Amino acid sequence: MIRKEMIAMLLAGGQGSRLGVLTSKVAKPAVAFGGKYRIIDFPLSNCVNSGIDTVGVLTQYQPLRLNAHIGIGIPWDLDRNHGGVTVLPPYEKSDNSEWYTGTANAIYQNLNYIESYHPEYVLILSGDHIYKMNYEVMLDFHKENNADVTIAAMPVPWEEASRFGLVITDGNKQIQEFEEKPQNPTSNLASMGIYIFNWSVLREALVTMSEQSNCDFGKHIIPYCRENGRRLFAYEYNGYWKDVGTLGSYWEANMELIDLIPEFNLYEEYWKIYTNSDTIEPQYISADAVTERCIIGEGSEIYGKVYGSVIGPGVIIGKDTVVRDSIIMQNTKIGDNVNIAKSIIAENVKIGDNVELGIGEEVPNKLNESVYAFGLVTIGENSVIPSGMKVGKNTAIFGETETGDYPDGILASGESIIKAGDIV
Amino acid sequence: MKALGIILAGGNNSKMQELSNKRAIAAMPVGGSYRCIDFALSNMSNSHIQKVAVLTQYNARSLNEHLSSSKWWDFGRKQGGLYVFNPTVTSDNAWWYRGTADAMYRNIDFLKRSHEPYVIIAAGDCVYKIDYNQILEYHIEKKADITIVCKDMPMGEDVSRFGVVRMNEDSRIVEFEEKPMVAQSNTISAGIYVIRRRQLIEMLERCAQENRHDFVTDILIRYKNMKRIYGYKMEEYWSNIATVESYYRTNMDFLKPEIRRYFKDEPKIYSKVDDLPPAKYNIGSEVRNSLISSGCIINSKVENSILFKKAFVGKNCVIKNSIILNDVYIGDNTHIENCIVESRDTLRANTYFSGGDGIKVVYEHNERYVI
Repeated sequence: MIRKEMIAMLLAGGQGSRLGVLTSKVAKPAVAFGGKYRIIDFPLSNCVNSGIDTVGVLTQYQPLRLNAHIGIGIPWDLDRNHGGVTVLPPYEKSDNSEWYTGTANAIYQNLNYIESYHPEYVLILSGDHIYKMNYEVMLDFHKENNADVTIAAMPVPWEEASRFGLVITDGNKQIQEFEEKPQNPTSNLASMGIYIFNWSVLREALVTMSEQSNCDFGKHIIPYCRENGRRLFAYEYNGYWKDVGTLGSYWEANMELIDLIPEFNLYEEYWKIYTNSDTIEPQYISADAVTERCIIGEGSEIYGKVYGSVIGPGVIIGKDTVVRDSIIMQNTKIGDNVNIAKSIIAENVKIGDNVELGIGEEVPNKLNESVYAFGLVTIGENSVIPSGMKVGKNTAIFGETETGDYPDGILASGESIIKAGDIV
Repeated sequence: MKALGIILAGGNNSKMQELSNKRAIAAMPVGGSYRCIDFALSNMSNSHIQKVAVLTQYNARSLNEHLSSSKWWDFGRKQGGLYVFNPTVTSDNAWWYRGTADAMYRNIDFLKRSHEPYVIIAAGDCVYKIDYNQILEYHIEKKADITIVCKDMPMGEDVSRFGVVRMNEDSRIVEFEEKPMVAQSNTISAGIYVIRRRQLIEMLERCAQENRHDFVTDILIRYKNMKRIYGYKMEEYWSNIATVESYYRTNMDFLKPEIRRYFKDEPKIYSKVDDLPPAKYNIGSEVRNSLISSGCIINSKVENSILFKKAFVGKNCVIKNSIILNDVYIGDNTHIENCIVESRDTLRANTYFSGGDGIKVVYEHNERYVI
């Protein structure tokens, strides 16, 4: 019998609805990040860099892009004879068939997968955070404390603490209490949604709680463990960690990568982030181009001017075009003499000539005020914007738009054009 | 699975100067993200040749590292695969490979145990894209014993470093001169051959008996009147890397949009994946008409140049008409013009390098202090 000491279960089924059109047809973990990566690359790379070679990826929402990206795990060295990466979608059973109804329920439905590796510990990860973490160190901490459950937690500024699920620990980092978004926080250690469980403890909890509807780690499993006198510890993490849950935080996290010495440094030698990329050619910067304060992916061709932006692989930016403070994802083509300010443009978008994005005053978005905010222009994948159009702030565009979709050639601030996918 | 492939990658050329100190020509970085051998390997893979042997000899460390996994070219398969043959001492032979024919003869068991009817032999030091099946079809149509891929060089170009051929109206090769002092034609051999496997085995065995070792002089030239040797004219881009000048020129060709697009389009050229972050342009970067590879960090002026992977360019530098190979660190206020900077080099701040009217190979041995 081959045993794995610890295997990882990566929850990648969420939609991430606050990313608007970026996730209408793509699961959040498959959204592009930082010029060439996808969000799931970070936890997956952390796994292999921490010596974890068996990862179950739980998918549910729009898994096509995610499946294509993961493949058999070659980019992360997760193509193994024993173990490696396994994509675990919900499946039909003889008595009851159901979707994954909660984070813990998803794991419960895959008990057999975990059992087949006879692990001692199980690491629960979420597929939508940007960070580098050595899970092996966390496991050492778990063993040293003889813990049943270890929760990774990071200190957050006190004034923001009331937005998080907080853990309250004693001097030995043993968890005494939890507070979910309290008004008057007594701790500033926020749970990061990363757990190490002794497998026997987790299995017992999952089986006992199997009838619980929408069974969730934070709401049900962790409280159950605490009530039953399990030893819960908080592993304090002090590095960079970003939940790119909203368009604003997604945009900000990308922009931070272009700082002179970014807090989250992709250029470090010893903790590489791996990804599945089929473009390997160098990028071409033309004689009239300007590239300042930006990162640009492989195979892109820049004929215009790019300032303070994150450009993915295979992007073409036309002559006399100016791109500022924007994110442009892979294989998007932008015409000549275009002006782009503070925009997020997803994959395979086509933008004609003389287009202006991000003009005028900020007006709250009429479709979804809380999602399309921050003054951003957000354009979903495979969209088309005809030549000569003008687009205001807090706007969303998704689908192949035509001149007629823009009254007087203008999409005013706060407006949206959604012609593809589900309306969000 | 009509053919198997053999890539001759053992060669060295003293005209590469210091560049060949570190590696065989087949392992020379090309066009920002490739190694020279990637072109032959990708062509094989894209032509559905599943079984490929690479014959190496001269300084193969870098090449072996590049070929450490065959999956990048899609050769990691049960049917076929990528075989790397270094010279080995056997009970009846303790020599190095004494020539290209000898190199193949010493691995004749590989040929004998294969079942593919044809063999494609390709040099590992050429940059080109071709579907070998086209040549194979031509070979069969002409009922040839050997087909040599030929290329017309522009008039006036010095072809004295190539094998120069002359064909008759039927494309049969009537003259073949290796590196002639005065060339009779501007058609050269592109170093790509098609031959029936059994024919090759027979010729190699005969060659070995006669103590001859070179595929070109001892097989192609000797047999040219006896066997039906045909030329296949290749019209597409083809470049051979054998000298510092040809290496510089081949790389600079990638700055031309038509050539860059030609190699970028399908079928693609594959290479080992390095997992480097996107290139980063800081304040002060002024890049014009240049190719920049992943992992580069640029803080100053770069013009008409090719930066390979992971180059760091400090502040107030000027890099002009130059090729910077992989993993080079360039300190502040450095001027580099008409140079090829060797890989893993560290150039101190405030230094000046210029190739003048020619091309200078920069090969420093400074320590690198990484923060």
